[in-house]
Amino acid sequence: MVGDAISHAVLPGIVIAFLWSGSRDSVTMLIGAGILGILTTFLIEFFTNKGKLQSDASIGVTFTWLFALGVILISAFTGQVDLDQECVLYGEIAYVPLDTIVLASGLDIGPSAIYLLGTVFILVIAFIILGFNQLKITTFDPQYAISLGISATLWNYLLMSFVSFTTVASFESVGAILVVAFLIAPAATAYLLTQDLKKMIILSCIIGILSAIGGHFLALSINGSIAGAMASVAGVLFGIAFVYVRITSRKVAKITSAEPINA
Amino acid sequence: MLENLRNFFSFQDINVLYVSLGTIILGASAAVVGSFTFLRKRALIGDAIAHAILPGICLAFLLSGTKNYLLLIVGAFISGWVSILLVDYISKNSKIKEDTAIGLILSVFFGFGVLLLTYIQQSGNSAQTGLDSFLFGKAASMVQQDVIIFSIISILLVVMVGLFYKELQLISFDENFARSIGLPVKGLIFMLSSLTVLAVVTGIQAVGVVLMAALLITPTAAAKYWSGYLPRILLIAAFIGGFSGFSGTAISYVAPNMPTGPWVVMVLSLIAFISIFFSPKKGIIAKAIIQVRHRQRIQDENIIKTFFQIAEAEESFGEPKTIKMIREKRYYSDKLILKILRRLKRHGYLSQTKEGYFLSSFGQKKAARLVKLHRLWELYLTDYLRIAPDHVHEDADTIEHLITPELEKRLEEKLGYPEVDPHNSKIPYD
Repeated sequence: MVGDAISHAVLPGIVIAFLWSGSRDSVTMLIGAGILGILTTFLIEFFTNKGKLQSDASIGVTFTWLFALGVILISAFTGQVDLDQECVLYGEIAYVPLDTIVLASGLDIGPSAIYLLGTVFILVIAFIILGFNQLKITTFDPQYAISLGISATLWNYLLMSFVSFTTVASFESVGAILVVAFLIAPAATAYLLTQDLKKMIILSCIIGILSAIGGHFLALSINGSIAGAMASVAGVLFGIAFVYVRITSRKVAKITSAEPINA
Repeated sequence: MLENLRNFFSFQDINVLYVSLGTIILGASAAVVGSFTFLRKRALIGDAIAHAILPGICLAFLLSGTKNYLLLIVGAFISGWVSILLVDYISKNSKIKEDTAIGLILSVFFGFGVLLLTYIQQSGNSAQTGLDSFLFGKAASMVQQDVIIFSIISILLVVMVGLFYKELQLISFDENFARSIGLPVKGLIFMLSSLTVLAVVTGIQAVGVVLMAALLITPTAAAKYWSGYLPRILLIAAFIGGFSGFSGTAISYVAPNMPTGPWVVMVLSLIAFISIFFSPKKGIIAKAIIQVRHRQRIQDENIIKTFFQIAEAEESFGEPKTIKMIREKRYYSDKLILKILRRLKRHGYLSQTKEGYFLSSFGQKKAARLVKLHRLWELYLTDYLRIAPDHVHEDADTIEHLITPELEKRLEEKLGYPEVDPHNSKIPYD
């Protein structure tokens, strides 16, 4: 759920970055969102640990506040900010090809979103490959990580900054809510199907790609939102995996319970 | 600006009255219902419901072809319900944790809703305009009819909470106990979920999908800092919810291009932050002050005790002691010792001459009492709990700061006013 919270809470960061740089400069926006992502993580932990607020409530209080702040900032600078609530909430991937980068020589080198997403993609891959062991240990056993001298806090904040980067990069295309579907659904589906972390990561990538392609065709066929369709397909894939796991585990349960019990 | 403010509070414009009433009622009733989901530690379920009602609204519209308000609410209600059931089902029947299930269901449902919404918008049905008010809220454009519907639903919510107050309280604090005394826990949870869905379906039109969670969670989060007694928490939460609803409306009226919903949430959040930091008993600052005072008292008492120990060892009561002498007994830094000595002087425990510091008669009494408590406790531990004499010092060092006069008296009586402690040191009495 922290991913969900961050995807909403980066909004004021984006708006401030936008006001500060005066353009939709991706790097400034990424920095703004990264800072807000870290701030969100910090606030949630602060309220939970120092304020003794239960953790689900501190998540809820923090992200709704920051999102409200973002919307207020957008309204306050309506004339200056070329962002609107609808775009923030559900984005429009169909417009991505229209916003292209044109080089000084006049050569059109393709949609800017592709470069932004591509860069973030490479950064994320690099982060996961370089930090794989640290991430693995701090995720599964923070106590053990600390005893090995790996700072669980530092890696947690690093991970959360990458969640924020990803969110911001995707946000123009799919919006703040649907990016949550892509953060959670493929990973949850893969988690159902395998125990191995490496396999889970690869599997979730494949599921993510499948839902993107499937969603694209679904949206084309009924002329609806591509992002919405992608999230729907991701949900359906999860449903299939869930039913599959239920059926196979029931079979296993039957076999074991059918065996005679020797007391 | 002032003009606008005056206009707002005079309620000349009947719509202002409706919008204010509407947001107050919504804020207050959502806060009351939200308190119970909060206490059941399932605060974020409201967020899931808020997102999940979108496909229900769209499907209701697609099936009926009209924007019949009641049908849309029924549709929203059903899909909100399905989402709760799915979250429960997934988290109970697989290794997926509840918060992952919540995130999954809310985003997938919302995605499906957006897909349907865009499909409807592109289908060219002219009746569809305004469906997205469910997404972003439309507090500022509430009319009399909306307020009447809100009021009916809110009264229903509050009445239900009132009727089942005891039962809801039990399932919020101790579900197992509620089950053991034969309460229909499943039915009650079903009812609470229905109330939450209903609160979300109505509230969402004021503040929109994303911020709905705040109306449910934040008032209770703030109220918990002011009271630990449930009826009072409910009252405070309802008041905070209503007040924020009203303030949000006022702000967006005074500054016309400001959105109502986000300002409602902004006011709510500010109240919550003030509560978290400044609440006199449970606030972060109050707690920090108590902690600092406690630490200072222990430091003070330790230094006072050190004076006694030096004097006892050298049989030099009443003679001045230097910082160096103190440091040899107590491993504090010179700076800290100096700070503590100044504090003690200010409070009348110490006097200072050229040669050094010495305890006042007041300070001597205090020192004697501390040493007495320490030694009595050591004796109690060895005599009554059979702990070896060389293991009792640490424990006594902690407890000497905490023993009350009543406890002190009972210790003395129980041990029969002993002369010496387990290490043969004399126990000082007044």
